[in-house]
Amino acid sequence: MTRADVKYRMAVIGAGPAGLSAGARAAELDRAAGRVAPSHIVLESFELCAKTIQRYQKGKLVMAEPGFLDLRSDLRFSAGSREEILGNWTDDCGRLGVNLSLGATVVGVSGQQGDFTLKLAKGAEVHAETIVLAIGVEGNPRKVGAPGDNLPRVQYQLDDPKEFKGELVVVVGAGDAAIENALALTEQNKVVIVNRGKEFSRAKQANLTAVLAALAEPRRRLSCFYETRVKEIAPREPGGLSVTLETPTGPQVIECDRVVARLGADPPRRFVESLGIRFPTERADAVPQLSKRYESNVSGIYVVGSLAGYPLIKQAMNQGYDVAEYLCGNHEVKPVDQQLVEWQFGGIPFFADADAALERFKNKVPMFRGMNPLAFRELVIESTISVAYREGQEFEEEARKQAALQETQVREGRQPRATRIILEGSVIYEPGDYGTSFFTIVQGTVVLENPHNPALSTELAAGEFFGETSLLSGRPRLERAIAGPACVLVETPRRIMIKLMSSNEEVRLGIDLVFVIRELQRHFAPSAPLRMLRDIAARIEVRRYKAGETVFVQGDTGDSLYVVRSGGLTLFRTDGATEIAIAQVPAGELLGELALMGDPLRRETARVSLASELIELKRAQFLDLMKLPGAPVAELQRSAAARAAANARVQVQPGAPAMMAFLMAQGLGEATDVLVINESTCIGCDNCEKACAETHGGITRLNRKKGGSFANVHVPIACRHCDQPHCMKDCPPNAIRRSPTGEVYINESCIGCGNCQTNCPYDVIRMVHDAPRKPGLLSWLLFGAGPGPGEPTDHDLGTARGTPQQEKKRAVKCDACISVANGPACVKACPTGAARRIGPSDYVNLIQERRT
Amino acid sequence: MIFHATLSYRQLRYLWISLALVACAAAVFVTQSGGTIARGDTWQGYTLGTIAALLMIWLALLGIRKRKYASPLGSVQGWTSAHIYLGLAVVAIATLHCAGRFHDNIHTYAYVLMCAVVLTGIVGIVCYLSIPGLLMDNRGTRSRADLFAELFELDKQARNLSHDCDAEIAAVVQSSIERTVVGGGVWAQLMGLDRSFFEDPDRKSARRSTGLRRNVNQDAVLAYVSSRLPGAYRQSEAAALQQLVVTLSRRQSVLRRVRRDVQLQGWLKIWLYAHIPLTVAALGTLFVHILTTFLDG
Repeated sequence: MTRADVKYRMAVIGAGPAGLSAGARAAELDRAAGRVAPSHIVLESFELCAKTIQRYQKGKLVMAEPGFLDLRSDLRFSAGSREEILGNWTDDCGRLGVNLSLGATVVGVSGQQGDFTLKLAKGAEVHAETIVLAIGVEGNPRKVGAPGDNLPRVQYQLDDPKEFKGELVVVVGAGDAAIENALALTEQNKVVIVNRGKEFSRAKQANLTAVLAALAEPRRRLSCFYETRVKEIAPREPGGLSVTLETPTGPQVIECDRVVARLGADPPRRFVESLGIRFPTERADAVPQLSKRYESNVSGIYVVGSLAGYPLIKQAMNQGYDVAEYLCGNHEVKPVDQQLVEWQFGGIPFFADADAALERFKNKVPMFRGMNPLAFRELVIESTISVAYREGQEFEEEARKQAALQETQVREGRQPRATRIILEGSVIYEPGDYGTSFFTIVQGTVVLENPHNPALSTELAAGEFFGETSLLSGRPRLERAIAGPACVLVETPRRIMIKLMSSNEEVRLGIDLVFVIRELQRHFAPSAPLRMLRDIAARIEVRRYKAGETVFVQGDTGDSLYVVRSGGLTLFRTDGATEIAIAQVPAGELLGELALMGDPLRRETARVSLASELIELKRAQFLDLMKLPGAPVAELQRSAAARAAANARVQVQPGAPAMMAFLMAQGLGEATDVLVINESTCIGCDNCEKACAETHGGITRLNRKKGGSFANVHVPIACRHCDQPHCMKDCPPNAIRRSPTGEVYINESCIGCGNCQTNCPYDVIRMVHDAPRKPGLLSWLLFGAGPGPGEPTDHDLGTARGTPQQEKKRAVKCDACISVANGPACVKACPTGAARRIGPSDYVNLIQERRT
Repeated sequence: MIFHATLSYRQLRYLWISLALVACAAAVFVTQSGGTIARGDTWQGYTLGTIAALLMIWLALLGIRKRKYASPLGSVQGWTSAHIYLGLAVVAIATLHCAGRFHDNIHTYAYVLMCAVVLTGIVGIVCYLSIPGLLMDNRGTRSRADLFAELFELDKQARNLSHDCDAEIAAVVQSSIERTVVGGGVWAQLMGLDRSFFEDPDRKSARRSTGLRRNVNQDAVLAYVSSRLPGAYRQSEAAALQQLVVTLSRRQSVLRRVRRDVQLQGWLKIWLYAHIPLTVAALGTLFVHILTTFLDG
């Protein structure tokens, strides 16, 4: 109920997990205080609560990550099906008497703390002292924008296309969602697509092909109006709609049964900014700066849930609870994760209490000082705190104490969390390790040792950081990091650092600068102290390129060289009329250095094959570097000459450039460990796939038959273990990890959201149910119990009984047999040696061995 | 080197081991007293027989190792390489064991079966060495699924084009697509036999005829359609017929590749259907051979 004559203490906008949880807490506090009239209101623009979860497919299992965090809410929530969770919330909201107003879209807010006025789309007004913004990041679906777009049979989502049969459906929109809906609906209905454009330019290639094929197929009952808008929708008897279209040839009326509009969503940022809330950067993934109490820069407006940067349901519910508790007068409320922080800091010698420790950490590190407390708290909770002790009794005792704490936690069914106790002088990481975490030194020192020349080591002090090279480039570690006396370190996972860098310009620039300095040192001035390089680094520009962009063209006069910071490029040479690919330049390498060392003309065209960041070094800067003591001039010249010779060799080898182009097209430019099959010896026995399935719980992670081929080389559908894995990009529970030896794998905390599957450009990730257990080899061999090793199960054939939809689906991909002792199984199981796993250094050999 | 051949695995490691084994066996064999005729029941004979029997059992274990996917015992390629060379060696050792004397009894049957297993194995080696290359040449960079997808697309195109011609042509093309046969029984697959037909309206009019005509390699239907070209009286019909001939030729070429693929894949597998049952039989007779040897004393 919305009432204009009442001033609520708290108006919550958005009835997702965060908003409902805030409402539930307020309702519970109202009840406890014996208030009859509610002191709160929850406003939701949609007709149902939890719109994002409503949109999940039927029966989808919703996970309750992160496992280490406890739930603090008056609403029930644990892992379960979509229906169970939505049912529980509806029941609980009713039971607690949450004052919920559905279909109430807030279009504007005026006033200030203590006296806000919220204007609703329908004209009503709501007055409140404070506002809690819990609108998520999905946004509201765009309306058709014509009279009648709110009629009951005009829908903005499609749960189950099979629900409708024999209808005439008008689908408005030309994006992927519209095409997918239209194609699914044509199975049982006649469909008309209304496309505002001349073609389907926004669609993915696969959808584009599918919709054009379907339109060309006379038997598919699908047609499309191009350059057409909906002018009006009117009800029609009995129970249908009459849609007036504005086509290029004039108006046309379609009598239909239903309109499905899929026009995308308005991102909520503009609305949020209209309230006066500021985002720290222009980046799309930036989150508003918030206080410890989730208060934004506008006093009285609080932001919780995924809009505040917390995408998981449990986090959002906890924040909703905390903010309601605070706004209803409990100013002492501590976040539910307080205990976690205490455990993390417990092993630090100066530990007194969690808040003091947090404050102290924040002040010790210049980079953290400017951070808002909420973001800093999240950084710490997601990080590991390491403390170095000298060998002896104190170390033993502390290590024992932390181990005992972890044991207790495991016994209580929690994930272990404690301070990591290490020895002074122990190695934090080795050169070649794949780690993308980022280290900050809070106290003591750390030595970064150059593996080729220990004399060139650098000592870092409190407030400095390291590990940024791998963080930014995805490459393995280059140096050895050794813990110094009494050092205290914060090790932060890549995901959190990336989030921080996109919201905090200062942090991003700081890390960038150090990265550039260390890259310069590595390539051009191994023995120069970092301080000397700082001035040069500050003048250097980092250039960003999108895939497909050209950095320089063959024949240009070059005046700079580049260090590839991330991504990768392909070099092309024009030979007569044809342009041929001759080399790949991965992250960490130099590009175009010959222009500054003898040959001023560019001999190749450099084109970006993956979105890349290049550090550009002008001639003057390069010469400055070469003047520094110990500049490796001879070394640089030698490697430039070797590269020029190698490029020429590939250019003159018939067929080699085409094969190189094929390998790059297959994504091998960003691969670190990829399965290739020699088709001239492959007998097609599929033992590789069977071995993969049998060593990975019955589910294969590779598809031999699919994938691309060139000459005798076949690149099957299997993980490339990319330099910078696309799949890792937005994994809500951070379940995709990289082992120190480079394997990218998915751990048990996968919630089955499918983001990684969408993000992988090579289709190597599948969403699957667990496979049933198989009988053992002997019982199959001797007694015929089936299915036997390598044989398909009912599960694979899709004939399994039961309702698999209700089980948890999870993402699976190749883990390069990280857990298999005699791995990789695919290679070990190949009877003819046709299957091999290779890395970038093998490509030249692969090309030379090819059979034409 | 990225790829290593199975035969030359680890610089021919198992060839040398097998040759050494055969040389040792020969050395043991010649120590039998020079004048007397060598037999299986001297200590040398028993030694050679035991070696051969153990080898046969070990050779059969490849089937187990292949299915023990997480086995820590080497790679399947190594096992296969050893399987090939030791499999050939076992013939030499068994021959030394029996000293080349054969009779109509269980002992000789065991030997013959073992030789049959080895012979089918040799066929297998030849198949495995030659066929993958032939498959690749035939399919190019496409998979079998790609070929079928192309075939279905051409079917559709041919049907659509035939509708632009007269009804007779449409019926002929339709029937030729419906009655195109790929694969079939084992023999048809291995020989690449083509049992395709189409309904010829000229024949159908004759009495008591189904009108079916053999359409091996789609030649007949192509001939039929192209024979209508000279008689076309409309420009549009001629164009459609021309296009149809091109599409049917393309279809012919794809079908040829598909059939060749089926045939080669068949040969790649068929030898195992002899090799495995013969192995089981050979092991069975080996067991009886050993048993009778000891029972007869």
